[in-house]
Amino acid sequence: MPLLEMQNVSKEYNGNPVLKDVSFKLKQGEVLGLVGENGAGKSTLMNILFGMDVIHQTGGYGGKVLIDGKEVKFASPLDALKAGIGMVHQEFSLLPGFTAAENILLNREPENKNVLSLVFGPRTNTIDRKELQKKAIDAITKLGVTLDPDMLVSEMPVGHKQFTEISREISKSSIRLLVLDEPTAVLSEKEAEMLLKAIRNLSAQGISVIFITHRLQEILDVCNKVIVMRDGRIINELDAASTSIQEMARLMVGREVSAGRAKEKAEERPLSDKIVLSIKNLWVDMPGETVKDVNLEVHQGEFLGIGGLAGQGKIGIPNGIMGLYPAGGSVKLNGQEIQLNNPRACLDASLAFVSEDRRGVGLLLDESLEWNVAFTAMQTQNRFLKQYLGGLIKWRDQEAIKEITDQYINELQIKCTSSKQRAKELSGGNQQKICLAKAFALQPKLLFVSEPTRGIDIGAKALVLQALKRYNRENGVTIVMISSELEELRQCCDRIAIVTDGAISGILPASTPSEDFGILMVGKTGKEAK
Amino acid sequence: MRRNIKEFNIREFAINNIVPIIFIVLCIICIPLAGYSGQYLVSQIITRIMRNSFLVLSLLIPIMAGMGLNFGMTLGAMAGQIGIIFITAWNVVGIPGLLLAAIIATPIAVLLGWFCGKMLNMAKGREMITSYMISFFMNGVYQLVVLYGMGPVIPIESDQVILPRGYGVRNTIDLINVRQSIDTFWQISIGGINIPILTIIFIALLCVVIIWFRKTKLGQDMRAVGQDMEVAREAGIKVERTRILAIVISTVFAAYGMIIYLSNMGTLNTYNSHSQIGMFSIAALLVGGASVSKASIKNVFLGIILFHLMFILTPQAGMKLMGQAQIGEYFRVFVSYGVITLALVLYEIRTRREKAESAKQLAGLQKEGAKA
Repeated sequence: MPLLEMQNVSKEYNGNPVLKDVSFKLKQGEVLGLVGENGAGKSTLMNILFGMDVIHQTGGYGGKVLIDGKEVKFASPLDALKAGIGMVHQEFSLLPGFTAAENILLNREPENKNVLSLVFGPRTNTIDRKELQKKAIDAITKLGVTLDPDMLVSEMPVGHKQFTEISREISKSSIRLLVLDEPTAVLSEKEAEMLLKAIRNLSAQGISVIFITHRLQEILDVCNKVIVMRDGRIINELDAASTSIQEMARLMVGREVSAGRAKEKAEERPLSDKIVLSIKNLWVDMPGETVKDVNLEVHQGEFLGIGGLAGQGKIGIPNGIMGLYPAGGSVKLNGQEIQLNNPRACLDASLAFVSEDRRGVGLLLDESLEWNVAFTAMQTQNRFLKQYLGGLIKWRDQEAIKEITDQYINELQIKCTSSKQRAKELSGGNQQKICLAKAFALQPKLLFVSEPTRGIDIGAKALVLQALKRYNRENGVTIVMISSELEELRQCCDRIAIVTDGAISGILPASTPSEDFGILMVGKTGKEAK
Repeated sequence: MRRNIKEFNIREFAINNIVPIIFIVLCIICIPLAGYSGQYLVSQIITRIMRNSFLVLSLLIPIMAGMGLNFGMTLGAMAGQIGIIFITAWNVVGIPGLLLAAIIATPIAVLLGWFCGKMLNMAKGREMITSYMISFFMNGVYQLVVLYGMGPVIPIESDQVILPRGYGVRNTIDLINVRQSIDTFWQISIGGINIPILTIIFIALLCVVIIWFRKTKLGQDMRAVGQDMEVAREAGIKVERTRILAIVISTVFAAYGMIIYLSNMGTLNTYNSHSQIGMFSIAALLVGGASVSKASIKNVFLGIILFHLMFILTPQAGMKLMGQAQIGEYFRVFVSYGVITLALVLYEIRTRREKAESAKQLAGLQKEGAKA
């Protein structure tokens, strides 16, 4: 009997199906690889397995989850834990000032009773340090890695943090199934190898593992079987021993190209020889999107796409250049060095940025649309201002502001009651258009657009992309667009650069078949690069 | 594996301990200026330690739970004062009187601490300013109770305590009944310096309780909550409850500390004692080298010694230098606010520097990566 079985599981958010008819089985001690692009439904599937709140709040799911042949419906992740299912998330959930041992047994510390705890209750039991140490070492040994239980997490290399996290799951005595979400994304090659060995160890001890990763080589190395997901479906269930990286990559990204899509595709244009922006050895310390060493040249008037899987660093590139996160390296605009870590210098150099964090960075939510559109231009370029007394007193030029806002409301078809409406009252798609208008109002030489279609509906998506494309074609402004959706990049861009592991793994013309991009995204592991 | 042996770096050491170092230097300058005898200074310092250490120790637990400096300890001090007012009115003398005061103060302190903890849970990340404001707010409630409530609503009949008009508590109350009753209960004299053994036992006991507390499950939970509330919550620790407990414990200890303090002083300044004591206790702890996120018993005692040595010395030094003792009094208030400000600013700077440090490390990794 399989340990875990999913039967026809489906899920929709507000009428949008995100999982369709997913069925698979997992035997005891088996290692299952789960691969798919971002948004393929992997996390939703795991959220269902763990009974996360987000699933219950959005109307539950269809189909059945069976453990040992009996149907289960977990009300919360704690229930899943009780049934012996553990998960290690991408973000570490560790306390920096605690040792590995303390973290492993967090809130499950062995306790000793004492006189005072008889009076004040069990929370004043003292902690049995020796037993704690012993249990932690047990878990580490079971995992089969080297890890000092007395080391503080804050002093650990990132790999050891990962091991601590996994040891914590294993130290729970009932653990039978462990879900690892991209555990190797942050590891060095050597650490990743240790982790893969550890996974084999666990499997040999009868613990099943679901292994989510974008590094397909690792799937081949440790998994018994692979499930490839795309658009909420299981596309194929493969035997890991008999498949190849190419096959998996093709299944992951290769979607049937419909006739309608083909028409939308960007026309091929000759590239100008002039280089507008040249980036050398850029690194950016953006949590979760670390950029390690990016070298990139952007041509005059070009529409360049930057793609890649989440967490590989593509979003870090514009955020680093625009000075929102600590960065280093060299960035030149038209041959002039741009000072990093200084947002003002970038704006002064006529760079503009539409942030992926619309509500946080992009908009003044409580202010009117007029303010939102004109604010940055007013602050950095002294535009939309009337000057009196030789510039000593500056007044806002309300009319000019209204005029430009109305112009963009028209051009971008922004749905609003008036240009005085507050930004937070608009829908996501229209907010995004305001962000674009704000950037356009700066009249930049080069525009960075980060994830412009994230979280907006399909109709709005098309409009936003069209607006960008038109702005690029008609005004000749160079645009660098960062997006997780390859199809969308292929629709508007001339060239697409793929970021893997904090560096550019390749740049291809947008007309290249998507399989090739897929291979760039996943196929090139550190191993092969060397 | 563990980097236990760190190179001793004088610059680092100086930056990390800037506040105590400033105070040591000031004291060294002031000692010859003031011209007190060694014996006098030692006996004064012992008195101050006895008087203040319980209060300052009460601040340690909220720091452990990541809630910063508990300006709300004033609430505990109020509870202690109410206890003292009652026993003075009822004429209960000596150690039994103090015990009764503690018994009266405990439920009040628990209630106030619970209220304060609840409030702080609604203002996570801004605990210090919130607790500071709560202490102002509760000061108003306290004054209402003491000034108008005591007499007509809360029956107290004692000429010693109540104002001649028939309601409200006097501005200052003479605590002749309980003055130094713990200190003189068992006292030995070494070289002309009186050493109150029972008080020392009490303080030592509290130190032991705090050390023991760190080893309990609750203590471990507080440390976990103090580092990262989200991680602690995911692990199943009841974050809100743990934080409230930290404040309640601190408030109760502050109430006991206030009772000890007042008995040592011998007078109660009904409308001022509590608000002053919060500020001075926090300043003393910071002078001992504690920060907003880290404090130990060592900091408590070093801080009390340095801070109060300063207080003893400055009036006399001011007298000698400027012919005015007032300058020392002025110095005392100015210094306590200054120290708190400095410590808060330093804490921010240090946090930011650590962040920059991690960015630098990343840059280092880049270079290594580029070579390989």
